[in-house]
Amino acid sequence: MLVDTISARSGNRLRNKRHTNRRDLYGWLFAMPAILGLLIFTLGPMIYSLYMSFTDYTGSNSPTFTGLDNYRRMFSGEDPYFYKSLAVTFYFVILSVPTGIIYSFLLAILLNQNVKGKSIFRTIFYLPSIVPIIAISFIWLWLLNPDLGLANELLRSLGLPGSQWIFGEKSVVPSLALMNLWTTGGTMIIFLAGLQDIPRSLYEAIEMDGGSRLAKLRHITIPMMTPTIFFNLIMGIINGFQVFSQAYVMTNGGPNNASLFYVFYLYREAFQFSRMGSASAIAWVLFVIIMVLTYVVFRTSNKWVYYEGDGAR
Amino acid sequence: MRAKAWFEKGLIYLVLAAGGIFSLLPLVWLIRSSLMNMGQIFELPPVWIPNPVQFSNYSEALTILPFGRYFVNTVIIVVFSVLGVIVTSSISAYSFARMRWRGRELVFGLLLSSMMLPYAVTLIPTFIGWSKVGLTNSFIPLIAPAWFGGGAFNIFLLRQFYLSIPRDLDEAAYVDGAGHLRIFRSIILPLTKPALIVVGLFSFLAAWNDFLGPLVYLSDETKYTLALGLQQFKGMYSAEWHLMMAAATVVLLPAIIVFFIGQRYFIEGITLTGIKA
Repeated sequence: MLVDTISARSGNRLRNKRHTNRRDLYGWLFAMPAILGLLIFTLGPMIYSLYMSFTDYTGSNSPTFTGLDNYRRMFSGEDPYFYKSLAVTFYFVILSVPTGIIYSFLLAILLNQNVKGKSIFRTIFYLPSIVPIIAISFIWLWLLNPDLGLANELLRSLGLPGSQWIFGEKSVVPSLALMNLWTTGGTMIIFLAGLQDIPRSLYEAIEMDGGSRLAKLRHITIPMMTPTIFFNLIMGIINGFQVFSQAYVMTNGGPNNASLFYVFYLYREAFQFSRMGSASAIAWVLFVIIMVLTYVVFRTSNKWVYYEGDGAR
Repeated sequence: MRAKAWFEKGLIYLVLAAGGIFSLLPLVWLIRSSLMNMGQIFELPPVWIPNPVQFSNYSEALTILPFGRYFVNTVIIVVFSVLGVIVTSSISAYSFARMRWRGRELVFGLLLSSMMLPYAVTLIPTFIGWSKVGLTNSFIPLIAPAWFGGGAFNIFLLRQFYLSIPRDLDEAAYVDGAGHLRIFRSIILPLTKPALIVVGLFSFLAAWNDFLGPLVYLSDETKYTLALGLQQFKGMYSAEWHLMMAAATVVLLPAIIVFFIGQRYFIEGITLTGIKA
């Protein structure tokens, strides 16, 4: 701002222009790492990948242009794994995103009451989300072991039948959604921060009217938290569609492709079958799916997300 | 009325405790299993306290594979990644927060939208790029991106912090003839150390926990990271749960230690993530 006033005062147009150029130069120089990073690691690869998706590139041949062939193979069902992986991934997202949001929202609300040991609980809930994914996979492989795992042992001690967990075709995705629930501590903390921002005065108004806890939750907490829920929903969807490592380490996509997640399918095409062109097409379809879903959620947001007036933040 | 209040309080603690058990139990189970012998680990009903405590699982697990080598590899990648993120994300964030230049809004907008881009889209072309310059099977593809802005998320986080510093401070320095580099180094950086720590911690965890990156790029066993070593271990000793749990604990421990040291910053950092909502 100051720079602008100084240059405006100088009055000399030529000098002013030279000043602007130098200002631009410095700005670009400081932002250079980010600009180059954007070009080299984001925009460049995106364009390259789009081009490859129209070729039969394997990583070692010289790519020939094959038009929409890669896309046709996917959508025509010629490659049966495309629809399979889509179904698996959608199923996982539908299970894991709402449960993750409800669970972490519930914990955050309870922590936001006047409870003792709040910071200890907060730490405990957050702890699992810093565990490396490879270690998470090991821990849960062991917990969910059908014969010797703790999970089935607990069920049995309650008189319930055990499950095949990740080794059952029907139970593998729900098992991974349960595991996902374990690592939602970050979401919980974001909710907690949002809850602490709700003005006390709103609650006092409802207390004067003799409203119950439930009334407070329904008429104040939830409406005021919709922007945060919205944020966590979007991030949950984006992350849910990109699940890979668990499937790679724990199930290898099985049993019978029941946990063939989309990115795992993509990884297999690219790095096991060396079909880089086809894998690029798969990646672009994922990109479009995420864009469309995000757009849909955004479009519906004005119906359920409460936006504070301009004064907020 | 009083009874009802007690009941509500009790219910709250009950649910919180259940959540706490759900969070801790798997970790407790991990540690417990890592200290047992093969016989005891399979005992039913399950034993909770290892007896005898078998520390030798750790030395055994760590000598089966060259974990020392994997550890050094991981540390090299982590150190250079964190360094790159801190240096380049802070200087870029300064440019977006404090400097005015043509195209700034456009570049920042692109940067923000790149946060929504699935990594799967850039994974393949980036891999092909690195293999064309002959650098796959080296640490460079894993470290280099950190030196180019260190990710949109970190730049965004730091920019938010920089914007919260009153402009009067740097304008005063500007009048005194200080250049941008001086303002950045002697005003902005010292005032935003906590933010830089947050970014450092997050990038430490991201690099330490990374699995897909090493999996795609490192093919030579001597170049493996701990995560890859662990995956290999699983293939060879999948029935020896006591050793697998000991190995997993070793990989987990540094992350836990760093978390407890920087706990305050973690919470602060995630809180800020949500604020853009």
